[in-house]
Amino acid sequence: MLDSLRLYLRYVGTSLRAQMQYRASFVLYAFSHFLATGVEFLAIWALFDRFGSLEQWSLAEVALFYGMVSVAFALAEAVARGFDLFPGMVRTGEFDRVLLRPRSTVLQLAGRELQLMRIGRFSQGLIVLLWAASALDVAWTPAKVALAIAAMLGGACIFSGIFVLQATMAFWTIETLEIANTVTYGGVEAAQFPLTIYKPWFRRFFTFVIPLATINYFPAHAILGRADVLGSPAAVHWLAPLVGVGFLLVSLQVWRFGIRHYRSTGS
Amino acid sequence: MRPYWAILSARCRMLLQYRAAAVAGFGTQLFWGLIRMMILGAFYRASTAAQPISYPEVVSYIWLSQAFFAMLPFNTDTELRQLIRSGNVAYELLRPVDLYGFWFSRALALRAAPTMLRAVPMLIVAGLFFGLRAPASPASACAWVAATLAALLLAAAITALHSISMLWTVSGEGASRIMGIGAYVLSGMVIPLPLLPDWLKAVVYALPFRGVIDIPARLYTGNIPPEQAVAALAQQLAWTVGLIALGRWLLARGTRRVVVQGG
Repeated sequence: MLDSLRLYLRYVGTSLRAQMQYRASFVLYAFSHFLATGVEFLAIWALFDRFGSLEQWSLAEVALFYGMVSVAFALAEAVARGFDLFPGMVRTGEFDRVLLRPRSTVLQLAGRELQLMRIGRFSQGLIVLLWAASALDVAWTPAKVALAIAAMLGGACIFSGIFVLQATMAFWTIETLEIANTVTYGGVEAAQFPLTIYKPWFRRFFTFVIPLATINYFPAHAILGRADVLGSPAAVHWLAPLVGVGFLLVSLQVWRFGIRHYRSTGS
Repeated sequence: MRPYWAILSARCRMLLQYRAAAVAGFGTQLFWGLIRMMILGAFYRASTAAQPISYPEVVSYIWLSQAFFAMLPFNTDTELRQLIRSGNVAYELLRPVDLYGFWFSRALALRAAPTMLRAVPMLIVAGLFFGLRAPASPASACAWVAATLAALLLAAAITALHSISMLWTVSGEGASRIMGIGAYVLSGMVIPLPLLPDWLKAVVYALPFRGVIDIPARLYTGNIPPEQAVAALAQQLAWTVGLIALGRWLLARGTRRVVVQGG
């Protein structure tokens, strides 16, 4: 276990040094991520500026939703984007080499790349989150802070799980499955707003199938001290982050199943 | 005209091969449109004040912007980028054709071919199931068709300018991403431009990007009445001509001082 951790840190170190070889390119990438996510938030601000409010939600409350899901997604992208390279590895046969090494495939793929440029989205999300935290009339008890952090880590687990599932599909089809972008980028976009504004089928999808509601919708109710108009109990609000961990574990199980059925392309 | 027409049709045929990407893009665009529709619907329900654009118009606007997403000049010609990076751009200079015309034709294909694949299915599906209305009137429909063609030329002029700028930035990825984000926001993809704060609208309406998405979509819905179509088309064409002139000038300067990378 400790040994694996040390190996992972070494992988990460290599990856970071490699990225720092192209410093100007890294800075521009990080900045472009910051900008791309920044204009999204400006768009939300512009809508509040024009319409005043969104159902019973204020801009600061939506900013809390926004910040939490952005930070969670940025963490997952930094850690688990290495799985994006996986379909290419299957095609070239390079994955066979990964299988030969006496270490877990997950460790090797996750360690392949820690995308530091995701700091652009991360820092932008964090700025919005901190602004929301101060603009909201919330007493930030240690329990609430802990819940917010746990929710974001749980969210990072969910998105990482989606990346793993997306890569797993490459065991059966060589096509790149861009359709998963709907639940990653589309999911981030959707989860920036409270679920109450969506149609019931859409809410159910992001609660029970891809549980993005556990990243911000449920925990935010505990943080804001609100009762959910959709009727979820308080226990759900506090325990929501665990769902993310469960989702990741299930995804990894699917991944293992995929590996058992792996057949090399032979090239 | 022959060589330009040839490169245009050859590139189009090449790009039309990417049908799997178009299907995936279709799914993503559909999902995106639904999210946008629900978000804006919730905002409209929250407020009773009159807005510069009505909700049914916004719904049509969203679906038109999703249908014509591929026309948005958000990316550059990857092959040209590699030519510039590898130094093979020198071969381009040897061709006995006008280089700007050649690159513009490539840009036109890059914007037109994916749009041809994606726009029609999206318009049909959105029209049948998701609230895209028919054009406000026959006059609006004509204005929309004309503005869409003008938008295509404008988008190609912007794309060509991106490609030419890579003669200076070489790797160009970061810079072109930032330009892409600009095109994305300022064209009306993120939120319909009439919903922006009034002071911001003054600036955004003067820029070229709205000509790609915002003008055609609003002519379609009648949010810009057909009587104002001539002014809107004139703005699109003026920017197109201006950007082509700028592109030509930059390309002439760029090729005078071109440094071929590597050997």
